[in-house]
Amino acid sequence: MSVVDVVAVARAPRLEGPTGRSLRIVERNVRAYRRYWLALVTGFAEPILLLLSVGLGVGELVGKLPGPGGKEIPYDQFVAPAMLANAAMNGAIFDTTYNFFSKLKYGKTYDGMLATPLDAHDIARGEVTWALARGGVYAIGFLLVMVAFGLVASPWGVLMVPVALLIGFAFAGIGLGATTYMRSFLDFDKVAMAIIPLFLFSATFFPLERYPDGLAWVVQATPLYQGVALCRALTLGDVHPALLWHVVYLAALGYAGTRLASRRITQLLQP
Amino acid sequence: MAVPISLRFAEREAIVMAKFWRGWAFSLFVMPVLFLGGIGLGLGDYVDDRTIGGLDYLTFVAPGMLAMAVFQNAAGDGLWGAMGGWKWMGHFNAAIATPLQPTDVFTGWMVSRAALMACTAVTFLVAAALLGGVPSLWGVLMVPAAVLGGLTITAWFSGFSIGRESDASFPVMIRLVILPMSFFSGTFFPLDQLPAGVKPLAMATPLWHTVELGRGATTGTLGLGDLVHLGYLVACVGLGSLYASRGFNRRLTS
Repeated sequence: MSVVDVVAVARAPRLEGPTGRSLRIVERNVRAYRRYWLALVTGFAEPILLLLSVGLGVGELVGKLPGPGGKEIPYDQFVAPAMLANAAMNGAIFDTTYNFFSKLKYGKTYDGMLATPLDAHDIARGEVTWALARGGVYAIGFLLVMVAFGLVASPWGVLMVPVALLIGFAFAGIGLGATTYMRSFLDFDKVAMAIIPLFLFSATFFPLERYPDGLAWVVQATPLYQGVALCRALTLGDVHPALLWHVVYLAALGYAGTRLASRRITQLLQP
Repeated sequence: MAVPISLRFAEREAIVMAKFWRGWAFSLFVMPVLFLGGIGLGLGDYVDDRTIGGLDYLTFVAPGMLAMAVFQNAAGDGLWGAMGGWKWMGHFNAAIATPLQPTDVFTGWMVSRAALMACTAVTFLVAAALLGGVPSLWGVLMVPAAVLGGLTITAWFSGFSIGRESDASFPVMIRLVILPMSFFSGTFFPLDQLPAGVKPLAMATPLWHTVELGRGATTGTLGLGDLVHLGYLVACVGLGSLYASRGFNRRLTS
């Protein structure tokens, strides 16, 4: 333990209250990841590669297609905001399912934490905060790439960063809650079963008009669609009050998910 | 002894996989088909046919996505599967306590992965054919092509994995090796669109050679020139197997 660590530990009690305590979890993750910084940095890779391949590569084959309100837009501009929304979902889900599960079952990380003044609620809040912080940094990186490629047509586009956090919040809660029901890594096939259809069919790669009528309604009711629609409207500057419905949807989902997760983690860790 | 002893290891893999099919059936069978439906079919309407040599987009992208799915599964299996074998579950170590040698374990491992990849490829190919993305009967050759290509990854990645002490570097391997290869090897769009500096890199990947072979098969345009792709893939599997069996030997006999 270095002097810095000793000071940090000595100071810990000052950071009382739920927020302060859950930040200890975030601090733990930051420290644990210092050894795996490459794993953190390469987290940028997937959405950017996907943007280059599908947005620019396939985009050259597609040309233009109808964006929100039926206005024709270039394909890369159509698909980029959807990649950002998807990356926000993926990051949150990965952190709160695979990572959370291995710490819970294999690393026994939380058993160690509960031997300190931290409780299960702090853990739930801390892990969600960490997932959001990480997602936020990735979102900023991706937004900069979009700007560099000239894919952000409106200054409203900056709001995609808070929207990415909101998407992350919505999915982090569900992810944590669902993970508390998992028995082994075999159950993770079900995570893919939920996430992949959302990724492919949330008007991500092609517009809502391409779906048959009945299906289009289903798509509009799914959670990732809210994020895609928000991000797409913001990059194009097509901003109107009805967008707030998407915000309300995601916020409500996040709130419900985190509540559930908090309760389940308490049952699981402090029976 | 008529049956090679390494097949006993493949048999073990098959029994375990069959028992836990609920844990992988979606990722191996359904997911690739969803990708084909989502991207090939959904996006296909917006692609101008003239841009990709007269092929409709579904036909163009089907062999690419099939090969990509097989490669991605091979990578995950090669990395985490091989580490599970000696570190987490220990069935590689258990096999060594029988008359099996480390090279038998490796061979059996490759055989079981090849069988699994063949299953993924067949499911995908049937789905693609039903959707209208496989115009030629030669398309059945896409299955052995995908298996051969996938084995390059199984061999090299298992060889890499068996020499590591932890799985910390595995996500990085996926992101820096498998994903760029997946997206830029003529899978979703023709190689000619790549910048001149990147194109040779893409042509060096086993995925590109697999996609070329596969696209030749599904469109019925295979020719003698395609033997180059075949030779390249065989060489990659051969060298990778040498590398991996050395790793298996070192890990399982120490």
